[in-house]
Amino acid sequence: MTRRLMRHAVLAGAALLALGAGLAWAQESSEPRPPKMAWSFTGPFGTFDRAALQRGFQVYNEVCSACHSMNLLSYRDLEGPSALGYSGDEVAAIAATKQVTDGPNDQGAMFQRAGRPADRFAAPFANEESARAANGGALPPDLSIIIKARAGGADYVHAILTGFGDPPKDMKMGAGMNYNAYFPGHQIAMPPPLTDDRVTFADGTKATIDQEARDVTTFLVWASEPTMEERKRTGAKVIIFLLVMTGVLYGAKRRVWSDLHDQDGRDS
Amino acid sequence: MALPENKIVRWIDHRLPVFTFLDHELTQYPTPKNLNYWWNFGSLAGIVLTIMIVTGIFLAMQYTPHVDFAFDSVERIMRDVNYGWLMRYVHMNGASFFFVLVYIHLFRGLYYGSYKAPRELLWILGVVILALMMATAFMGYVLPWGQMSFWGATVITNLFSAFPGVGNDIVTWLWGGFAVSNPTLNRFYALHYLLPFVIVAVVGLHLVALHQHGSNNPLGIDHKGPQDSIPFHPYYTIKDMFGLGVFLIVFALFVFYWPNLLADPANYIPANPLQTPPEIVPEWYFLPFYAILRSIPSKLLGVCATFGSILVLFIVPWLDTSKVRSAYFRPVFKWVFWLLVFDCIVLGWVGAHRPEGWFVIIGRIATFYYFLHFLILLPVIGWFEQPLPLPPSISSPVLKKGGRRLAGAAASRRKP
Repeated sequence: MTRRLMRHAVLAGAALLALGAGLAWAQESSEPRPPKMAWSFTGPFGTFDRAALQRGFQVYNEVCSACHSMNLLSYRDLEGPSALGYSGDEVAAIAATKQVTDGPNDQGAMFQRAGRPADRFAAPFANEESARAANGGALPPDLSIIIKARAGGADYVHAILTGFGDPPKDMKMGAGMNYNAYFPGHQIAMPPPLTDDRVTFADGTKATIDQEARDVTTFLVWASEPTMEERKRTGAKVIIFLLVMTGVLYGAKRRVWSDLHDQDGRDS
Repeated sequence: MALPENKIVRWIDHRLPVFTFLDHELTQYPTPKNLNYWWNFGSLAGIVLTIMIVTGIFLAMQYTPHVDFAFDSVERIMRDVNYGWLMRYVHMNGASFFFVLVYIHLFRGLYYGSYKAPRELLWILGVVILALMMATAFMGYVLPWGQMSFWGATVITNLFSAFPGVGNDIVTWLWGGFAVSNPTLNRFYALHYLLPFVIVAVVGLHLVALHQHGSNNPLGIDHKGPQDSIPFHPYYTIKDMFGLGVFLIVFALFVFYWPNLLADPANYIPANPLQTPPEIVPEWYFLPFYAILRSIPSKLLGVCATFGSILVLFIVPWLDTSKVRSAYFRPVFKWVFWLLVFDCIVLGWVGAHRPEGWFVIIGRIATFYYFLHFLILLPVIGWFEQPLPLPPSISSPVLKKGGRRLAGAAASRRKP
């Protein structure tokens, strides 16, 4: 009797919680979600398309870097087949187009010189205050690990870059703000950064907004984690090894325990 | 007895009996023959503790505990240190998996009544390990000095301000200043390095207490004689090794393919004391406790309930009045156990959401039920529940139920 009562109480409690859970679920917000894109780098064997990475770097270099720093990267990081596929000379040439502050020299003064591969990416602003002063009070975030620092990752960044548009009629926009369908609150200080043919790709790829956004997002994914391809390659080897090892261990376990089970069988 | 004839081994063992010790406690150590795979999680947790200490020491060689350099030093480990990304991802996901294993281990103990006499102190030492792990994990999460590190540290240390009178002084003392700042990061780093070795010491005591009476088992009945137990080696060494292999496959999937699945993106934004993130959420393994904290309207009572949700585990051996250990023979408790598991999952889910609307109500029901389970249901069920008849010994049900079938399977496998 008491047991049945108990069981009913338990079931009722579980049902109540499940009902509440369903209601809370329905309450979740219905903001537009960034569309899921097909990227070459997702999945267990995903790799970067080197041409897309180079185009993406070009977009960053010619457009984004006017406002956004990438302080965690050095020009040397771009070199080699596991990075963007540039040769050492190409990287040196890219670095040489930048002016960096060095010093102090033997007179105690700071001086400007051409960039070298070992230099960090040249930042557009000397400090946060000057960045804010130049951008109406808003701080353009550093893009080094932007993909890992935003929920939604690559899809979200691509959606932001392509999500500009006119605000709904009933929406009041703040001064200097731009409407973006995917930005939280839909008001973003960044003006639409990309336009068709904003850059001219060396490989002849047509520079549509979507193409530019895809390529620069690909570059930012690489920049967020330059070791991603190495990680996935290593993972495949490790998991194959573990599968074999675990299979052998399972066989050994069966073997070791079989004499015990045999003994039980005889005893009964 | 099983010592090798090697003269050097005998010379050493005569003076320092390490080989005899290993022989007694690892090789001969009599273990119930009927342990199921839920008994793998204790040794797995021990192995993950070792992995955490090893990767942690390598990370410490490259990490800089300073508010201006901590974030960048972690990113330098990810980018420029050889296999730094591997050390970091193993350590980061290792923390989550350590909690997965220990939570399963804990619920296994609850289900099979492993805390009952004579294993009360074994259980209490386990709860001490859990508490130390939580402190260690919390301080470790602060070290990368991302937004969640900083604001998590701020929220959690501020809990102590709820205590009347001395609260604010405690918080200032914990911080080493008047806000979470460089002294806070430095001391958290020092303690994060220290506490794992304290955990190792308590794990040692946990094992001493375990080996005093041996493992509990799925039937929850005592050894009745030598036919009930088998030597730990090779039976459980090989079973634990196989379990380790399965665990490492799952672990490797996370480390190599979903390394950031359990991480909050906000922690890849450098800490900024002037900008509160839209939501401050702890790591998943703290979410049930976070839900309890936020379910209670009074801050002081909320803090007390949160600490109480751990403290109540210490007295579980005396709250449970049933003499029968295993839930296998407890028809009512078995239901209530699974409801507790469900309740903890609900608490975790509520903890991940803002305390608004239905989440508040569900959180309160689930918090109430958590304490109801331990403080009321556990003692009351023990009084009125009619347990099923217990088998006379460990080997008798093994023989009746499993023996013949398994023997038959083994025999058919040997045929060519």
